[in-house]
Amino acid sequence: MEWDWSFALEIIPLLAQGVKITVYAGLLASALAMLTGLGIAILRRSAGPVMGSVVRFGVGFVRGTPLLVQLYFTFYVLPDVGIYLSPLAAGVITLGIHYSTYTSEVYRAGIDNVDRGLWEAAKALNLTRPQTWWYVILPQAVPPMLPALGNYIVAMFKETPLLSVITVIELMGEARIIANIHYRYLEPMTMVGLFFLAVSVPSVIALQYLEKRYGVAQKRHRTMAIF
Amino acid sequence: MPPSIEFLPIILAGAILTIELTLMGGILALVVAFVVGFARLANSAWLRSPARIFMEFFRGSSMLVQLFWAYFVLPLAGVSLTPLQAGVLILGLNSGAYMSEIVRGAMLALPREQFEACIALNLGRWERLRYVLLPQALRLMIPPFSNSAVELLKSTSVVSLISLSDMTFRAQTVRAQTGDASVPFTTILVVYFVLATILSSLLNSVERRLRPTKGGRT
Amino acid sequence: MTAPMVHFADVRKLYGAHPVLDGLSFSVSPGEKLALIGASGSGKTTILRILMTLEEIEGGSVAIQGSPLWNPGMAKLSTRQRETQLHEMRRNIGMVFQQFNLFPHMTVLRNVTLAPMLTQGLSQAAAKVLAMELLDMVGMAHKAHALPAELSGGQKQRVAIARALALKPKVMLFDEVTSALDPELVEEVLNVMRKLAVETDMTMLLVTHEMSFARDFADRVLFLDGGRIVEEGPPKDIFSNPQQERTKQFLHKIVAAGLSL
Ligand SMILES: Nc1ncnc2c1ncn2[C@@H]1O[C@H](COP(=O)(O)OP(=O)(O)O)[C@@H](O)[C@H]1O
Ligand SMILES: [Mg+2]
Repeated sequence: MEWDWSFALEIIPLLAQGVKITVYAGLLASALAMLTGLGIAILRRSAGPVMGSVVRFGVGFVRGTPLLVQLYFTFYVLPDVGIYLSPLAAGVITLGIHYSTYTSEVYRAGIDNVDRGLWEAAKALNLTRPQTWWYVILPQAVPPMLPALGNYIVAMFKETPLLSVITVIELMGEARIIANIHYRYLEPMTMVGLFFLAVSVPSVIALQYLEKRYGVAQKRHRTMAIF
Repeated sequence: MPPSIEFLPIILAGAILTIELTLMGGILALVVAFVVGFARLANSAWLRSPARIFMEFFRGSSMLVQLFWAYFVLPLAGVSLTPLQAGVLILGLNSGAYMSEIVRGAMLALPREQFEACIALNLGRWERLRYVLLPQALRLMIPPFSNSAVELLKSTSVVSLISLSDMTFRAQTVRAQTGDASVPFTTILVVYFVLATILSSLLNSVERRLRPTKGGRT
Repeated sequence: MTAPMVHFADVRKLYGAHPVLDGLSFSVSPGEKLALIGASGSGKTTILRILMTLEEIEGGSVAIQGSPLWNPGMAKLSTRQRETQLHEMRRNIGMVFQQFNLFPHMTVLRNVTLAPMLTQGLSQAAAKVLAMELLDMVGMAHKAHALPAELSGGQKQRVAIARALALKPKVMLFDEVTSALDPELVEEVLNVMRKLAVETDMTMLLVTHEMSFARDFADRVLFLDGGRIVEEGPPKDIFSNPQQERTKQFLHKIVAAGLSL
């Protein structure tokens, strides 16, 4: 089958509809993952041993099971217990919570990496706890977290096509509908793939730049090259 | 008792395919990771650039899209893949692309002094790699590889969407047939979690094995 | 006249735009023990690293027994060609580093046997005999099966010396081999080196801040400042009767810092 330009052009408006939903779902889920992840990180820091292990198990469980199955679970099982969600809401919530288990690790590592001495210095200066967080800890902890958090946002965008399995008509959903109606997979699938590349490749490059700014640059030596 | 209970054995039997997909995809991913990871460390841009493009391509386009492409579009170009072949191929290439960054990162994380000691002892390039650098890098790679393996196990569920009869596919089928969702999906969530736990503890024990020991070679 | 063992001719080395060695020339005769002294940052390590082919040079040439080791023309060679050429040259040179750089995943014995087996084709048995001899000489035979992590700094450095000696290089380079050690461990390493100087006729280049050791050990001392040789001569002249103002200042500072002279 040859690439059909007129067909490709024809379906652009439909795919654009899908892009809107993809972006909307991706942004909402990202916001949810950022906030929930922070909540989990704080909970794990301040919880007692019992609560701590409960949270740890929960995080491990969500991280250790497929997003796809979690989507099915939210969409098909929760109504059994009286929780009715629209497909989009189910998708956003599941995606956001799934990734909050990843972002919580980023927050935790970021906070742990702040020098212990800073806490003590802040105490010595008689700062209150909120003051310490706001003026001392967060400014130290947040910048190094940004590349990792950014990477997860990009990753979440790339997972949004899974939402099509619970009838969210985002970009992939549109593409699958088009493909089924016209029996043509080449153009819609290729265009969806290109869309994600167009979003993620520039983001990855931007994030690498960010990482370089906060990380240590690697120096290479010619005679040390491996090949 | 929900009617889906009697289908549980069928669902659980799907775990075999899930495990097979993880193993086959994982082997392909390892090969891809080392080839691409080392190519990215090469002196020659002729090796580095294609490796970089491969890596960005597979990490940058969604796995589900790649899977549909391999399954529905490749046949149009005369390459017909069975669902299993398409599944293993995409799982391996996708996961391999991520893991190539681990390989590369581990090599770059080795202390510069270890390279220098190799040069001072006049070891050849292959010997540096084989005896000094790789054994140390491998130990650094295993913990992140363990994470990748769990991610791979999780992504095998996506192949159910090209009608491979894995655990997820069977659970979804039972839901469609019986109308009961809670038993099939709760069951497979637990099974995936157990498999993930076993997988990561297996890899942890490999890491422990790789720690330097006195009893090893002299 | 035989060719000098090591010959630097007008060597220039830059880091970025900053010249670290600026037209440096000197020779070392076969069997000579040369001590390089000078303030931190004066270029001593750079000289040894150039000889060990860990650094390239921007001008001049470096030769070992008359064969060029580095010259600017080498930049044109492919990595593979350079490696082949350097591999031959490196046979003549061994180096002991300030930070030991032992292979952490190998036992002491394996650290010493690896290179002779790989680069000189020794059998495992022969390499082991050689390694045990050398470990015995540095007083580390009893730790042959230990891992580097289980050794003290002085022990690690003695193993590193045995490891470098196992390749029987013509030229040995020692870069502040005692600087990373606790004071009470310095002497055990220096003793090994004294023994070496007596028992072998290897050419040695030694960077050190242990002035009294340099005085006993070296046949000749180079005092460097800012990548140039300020003064050179037999140790007793340099240490007891320095001619240059900067040499005097440097030695004075060392004494003032409470270090032995
Ligand atoms: N990798 C490097 N990059 C940039 N400058 C360097 C590097 N290594 C050494 N230098 C500089 O070169 C000069 C000489 O260094 P070195 O040979 O290590 O001196 P020494 O061993 O006498 O203390 C110093 O000014 C040092 O800062
Ligand atoms: Mg130095």
